[in-house]
Amino acid sequence: MLYNIKRDHARFRSIVKGKIKQDLKRYVTNGEMIGRKGKNIVSIPVPRIEIPHFRFGDKEAGGVGQGDGKPGDPIGQGDPADATGEAGDTPGEHILEVDLTLQELAEILGEQLELPKIEPRGHKTVKSKTERYTGIASQGPDSLRHFKRTYREALRRQIAMGLYDPNNPLVIPIRRDMRYRSWKTDVRHENNAVIIYMMDVSGSMGDEQKEIVRTEAFWIDTWLRSQYKGIETRYIIHDATAREVDEDTFFRTRESGGTLISSAYKLCEKIIQTDYPPMDWNIYPFHFSDGDNWSGEDTKLCLEILEKSLLVMSNVFCYGQVESRYGSGQFYKDLKEHFGAAHETVIMSKIENKEGILQSIKEFLGKGK
Amino acid sequence: MAQSDYISSSLTPDLERIRDQIRGHAEKYGLDFFEVVFEMVDYDQMNSLAALGGFPVRYPHWRFGMDYDQLSKGYTWGLQKIYEMVINTDPSYAYLMKSNNIVDQKTVMAHVYAHVDFFKNNYWFSKTNRKMLDFMANNAVKIRDYMDTYGHDVVEGFIDRCLSIEGLIDPFLPFSPKKRTESDNFADKKNKKKEPGRLKTHRQYMDKYINPPDFIEEQKKRMEEEATKSKRKPSEPQKDVLSFLLQYASLEDWEQDILRMVREEAYYFAPQGQTKIMNEGWASYWHSRIMTEKALKDSEIIDFADHHAGTMGMQPGRLNPYKIGIELFRDIEDRWNKGKFGKEYDECDNMVIKATWDKKLGLGLKKIFEVRCVCNDVTFIDEYLTEEFVERFKLYTYAFNRRTNQYEIAERDFKKVKEKLLFQLTNRGQPFIYVMDGNYQNKAELLLWHKHQGLDIDMKWARETMKCLADIWKRPVNVETEVDGQKKLLTWQNGEFSEKFL
Repeated sequence: MLYNIKRDHARFRSIVKGKIKQDLKRYVTNGEMIGRKGKNIVSIPVPRIEIPHFRFGDKEAGGVGQGDGKPGDPIGQGDPADATGEAGDTPGEHILEVDLTLQELAEILGEQLELPKIEPRGHKTVKSKTERYTGIASQGPDSLRHFKRTYREALRRQIAMGLYDPNNPLVIPIRRDMRYRSWKTDVRHENNAVIIYMMDVSGSMGDEQKEIVRTEAFWIDTWLRSQYKGIETRYIIHDATAREVDEDTFFRTRESGGTLISSAYKLCEKIIQTDYPPMDWNIYPFHFSDGDNWSGEDTKLCLEILEKSLLVMSNVFCYGQVESRYGSGQFYKDLKEHFGAAHETVIMSKIENKEGILQSIKEFLGKGK
Repeated sequence: MAQSDYISSSLTPDLERIRDQIRGHAEKYGLDFFEVVFEMVDYDQMNSLAALGGFPVRYPHWRFGMDYDQLSKGYTWGLQKIYEMVINTDPSYAYLMKSNNIVDQKTVMAHVYAHVDFFKNNYWFSKTNRKMLDFMANNAVKIRDYMDTYGHDVVEGFIDRCLSIEGLIDPFLPFSPKKRTESDNFADKKNKKKEPGRLKTHRQYMDKYINPPDFIEEQKKRMEEEATKSKRKPSEPQKDVLSFLLQYASLEDWEQDILRMVREEAYYFAPQGQTKIMNEGWASYWHSRIMTEKALKDSEIIDFADHHAGTMGMQPGRLNPYKIGIELFRDIEDRWNKGKFGKEYDECDNMVIKATWDKKLGLGLKKIFEVRCVCNDVTFIDEYLTEEFVERFKLYTYAFNRRTNQYEIAERDFKKVKEKLLFQLTNRGQPFIYVMDGNYQNKAELLLWHKHQGLDIDMKWARETMKCLADIWKRPVNVETEVDGQKKLLTWQNGEFSEKFL
C-alpha cells in the first residue's frame, strides 16, 4: 500500500517540477525565492493543480455561517481561495507550497538552461580525513570497551577451556578477552570550490540593480552548490575602496562614492592567496558592476591584475554588467576589447533587467568550467 | 482481506477489550451495524489511506499523491490530524491512529460504530456496492494494465479528463423506478424492428405487385434512418452525462472501461456527499452519548471534552457539519420527547407556552432512528431546521461584497438561511448540467444545458471542463447557459472557445 502512495506522490512531484520548469523564468525573475530558502530546502509557491469541473463563480456563491455579528459585518477572508490577492487566469488559484531541495532546484535550472556539468580541474582535490569507529582492537581505553565482543571472547575462552557450565552460566572476562572499538581513517578526495562575489556599490548602483545581483547570485550559488560538495562563499563590496562583508551586508549596503574596481580585485587576489591555494581549490570570482570605473588608469590596473594573477588562479572569471541609468558601461567594452568576446576563462554578460537574469546565468554557467 | 495483512496491525488485547465494551454499549443503544474490522495504522499510513479515500488499493493517479502531500504537511506542521477513518463496506474497515491515547481510541470506536450503523441503515446508502474494496482493487489492476499497454501518460491524461466530469452524474438514478433509459430505447428499436406496413392480399402471387419489394426496401431504409436519428438524442434532458457518454461517445474499449470505473466510483461516493451533515452528526451524537453515559472514566473527562470540543468548533464563515448535525439530532430528539411538533405546536403563538412545552411523549429516540433511515442532508434540513434552531445557533447567510472586497454577513432571516443552506446542499452546491442532444445541429456535436437557478457558472472553469469533454466526445461541445441574465451558448470547437448570445 505504501509503495502505492509513494509512487503517486513521486508522480505528483514530477508534475509539479515540470510546472516549475515551465515557469522557471517567472520564478527566476521575481526574487522572492531567496526569502523562501531554508537550510537545504526552498519552498516554492505553485498554483494548486486542480481538475476542472463545472462550478459557480467563487464570489457569486456565498454561503451559510455561524456566529455573532450584524448583517453587513465582515467575516474575514472566508474562503482561502481569495486570500491570495490577484486571481490568475487559469483555474486553480489555490496555492500549493512545494518543498524542493536545492539539489532538485539546481537540476531543474540545469535542465532548463541546458547547463553542462562542471568538470573540476583534475589536480584540485583536497584530501579530507575522517575517522570512523569501525574496527575492533584488543587494546584501548575503557570508555571504548565493546561489551558484546568482550563477552563473546570470554565465553569462547571458557568453553574452550572447559570452564563453562550451562547450569551456572557465569562468564567472567579476563584482561585477554577485552575488546575495544577502534577507528580507521578514511581518506576522501573532494573537489572544493569557493565563489567570491564582488559587487560595485557605488552611488550609481540602485536598489533594482542590487536586486538583480542578489537574484542572480542566488541561482549561481544554487547551481554551483549542486556541483561541488563543500562550497564556500566570500563577499566583497567596493566603491573606491573594497572590503569584505558577510552575505547579509553584501546584499543590503548602499554606499555612495567613486568607483575603483581595482580595489576589489586586489582584495580578491589577497583572499585567494591567503585562504584558497589554487592548487587545492576551484575558484570562481564573480564581479557585478554597472561598468562605470573611475579612470582609464584604474581599468588598466584591473586588466593587469586579472591577467597576471586572478585569471591564472581561477577556474573562470565572470563579469556581469547590470544596466543602470548612471553607468556608462565602459568596463564591459574595455574587457571585451582586451580579452576578446570568446576568451577561455573570462565570461562577460550584460544584464539589462530582471528578464535578462536567466540568459545571463546561462552565459556564466553554460561553459561548464 | 489480503491488504490488511501487511498494511497494519490489528488491535492490541487492551484495545480489543475496549472495543468489545464500546460495541456492547452501541448494541444496547440499538445501533445496528455491519461487522467492523479495526486496524491500527501510523500517521503516515493514515495520511496515505485518507488520500486514497480510505481504500488501500487504488489505481495510480497523481491526485492521490497531491492529497497525500497536503495531508502529510498538515500533520507535520501540526495543523490537522486525522483521528479516524471508516469505509462503507461489509464488513466495514476502520483505521485507528496508533499514536492516539486511549480516550481518543474509545471515542473514535464509538464514532465509527455509529457511522457504520448509518451506512447500513440509511436509505441513500442502500444501493452502494458493499464490496467496494474488491472493486477498487480490480480497477487498479485493470488501469495498471492499460497503462502498461497504452502508456502511462496517455491513460493518466484520459483519467484526468474523466475526473473532470465525474460530478456529472445523477445521484437519484439508482432510486428512480426503472425508467426507460436511453439504452432500453435503443435496444427496443433494435429488437422489434418495425416492419413497413404492407397492403393485405390473399393471393400470394399478387404480393410482389401490391407490395413491390423495391418500395418495401426503401421504406425499411427510411425507417431505420429515422430510428438512428432519434436514438441519437436523449429523449428528455439527462443528468447522468457520464452514462450518455458511455453509450454514445466514440471511445476505445479501454477508454470506455475507465470512464465506467470513474462513474461507478462517483456513484459509490455520492451518498457520502449527500449525507455529510447527517452522517457526522449521527456519529458525533452517539460517540458523545456512549462516552458520557457509559464508557468514560473520571480521569478521562478532560481529554474527552477537549477532543470533542475541537471537533465541534465552528469558524466564522464556515459551517461545521459535525456541529450542525449533532445539534439537529439533539434538537429533534428533544422536540419529539416533548411533543414540540405538529399542528397544535406550530400554531401556538404564545412563546412562553412554547418554550416550556412538554407533553412527555418520549418519542425522541425512536424519531432520530427513523430520521437516520430515511433522510439525506437536503430533506434533513428541509424538514427539521427550525426558526428557533437558527436563532439559537446564530446562523446567518453571507455574501461577497464587491465594493469592500470581502465576505459580509448578509441576513439572519430564517427563511433565507434555510434557502441558502438547501441550495448549498442540493447537488452538492454544483451547477445542474444536463445532456440535451448528442447530435446537435445534426453535426454530432454535444449539447449540454446548464439549468440556471440564479447563479452563473464560472467561465474559466467551464472552458477547461469543456475542453476535457470535447476530448472525450471527440467532436465540438456546446453548453447552453445564462450569463448576467442573458442566454448564452458556449462552444468548444477545434481547440477554441467561443461564446454567443442566443
